[in-house]
Amino acid sequence: MAKLKGSIVIDKEKCKGCGVCVTACPTQVIAMSDDVNSKGYNYAEAVNMDACTGCTNCSVVCPDGVITVYRMKV
Amino acid sequence: MAENISPKTIIKPENLVHKRSSVLTDNTMHYCPGCGHGTAHNVLAEVIEEMDIQQDTIGVTPVGCSVLMYNYMNLDMQEAAHGRAPALATAIKRLLPEKYVFTYQGDGDLAAIGTAETIHSCNRGENILIIFINNGIYGMTGGQMAPTTLEGMKSSTSPYGRDKQMMGNPLKMTDIVATLPGTYYVTRQSVHKPANVRKTKKAIRKAFEYQKLNKGTCFIEIVSNCPSGWKMTPVESNKWMEENMFPFYPLGDFKVPEDK
Repeated sequence: MAKLKGSIVIDKEKCKGCGVCVTACPTQVIAMSDDVNSKGYNYAEAVNMDACTGCTNCSVVCPDGVITVYRMKV
Repeated sequence: MAENISPKTIIKPENLVHKRSSVLTDNTMHYCPGCGHGTAHNVLAEVIEEMDIQQDTIGVTPVGCSVLMYNYMNLDMQEAAHGRAPALATAIKRLLPEKYVFTYQGDGDLAAIGTAETIHSCNRGENILIIFINNGIYGMTGGQMAPTTLEGMKSSTSPYGRDKQMMGNPLKMTDIVATLPGTYYVTRQSVHKPANVRKTKKAIRKAFEYQKLNKGTCFIEIVSNCPSGWKMTPVESNKWMEENMFPFYPLGDFKVPEDK
């Protein structure tokens, strides 16, 4: 069976660090960074990209639309 | 084999599955972190993008947190006086009947100062889409009590919780407009979880399709959070909303067209 592999790109400068994507991700790919962006928010970052299936949940719930999702069959 | 694929291989234009809608401008939204307004803007923009009606859509913005919505949507937008968005949308739709017209209003705008305009527009059955964001509080002005504030809910003007005897009952606008003959499609959705966002998107798409058929007013309530006004983190506020708002404002369709 074909497996889906996903990858996300987060615009960390526009991220406001709300953390909604972290709870929306079914495979715990995203976590909040310890660093802050230029506005002082702890931005979201992908810590476990290998587990990403490209389900788009994080991108769909992101209030600021900072997550872009890519997916391919392997 | 599959585990060794690097993100660089996947991140290619042909593999793109979801991104910020092109109907939204590049401006960073002024909303607080985790606010449902941003998600609601995203889904609305996505529907407009998918239906390819960007050139034919006119939005009416309210007074409230979403007053600057015209900075974020790459559409023709008109700012209405406080609460008067359905009246203005009525005029726009009657003058330009081939355009898609929507209003986007919060609970302070639609359920308080604009109650008359809302009810009469729905009663006349104007062919507009009314999107009602209900977070149970006046967010922009500093978290005061709104007509939709739940009983016992604390706000800056009801610090001991809303008292029914003194401040009256929370107003269920969606239930009211569903009883009016002019409305065609009335539903209540939310945007706090991926599944709910997808349902909201379907609802907005249906509403625009009904508008094309001149069927009457479509009314979509989106129960949303207000992390700053409720004094919670975004994730906590979403949980609080599920536990407290949804029992009083249950999600679902209130009025669906019979002729499918």
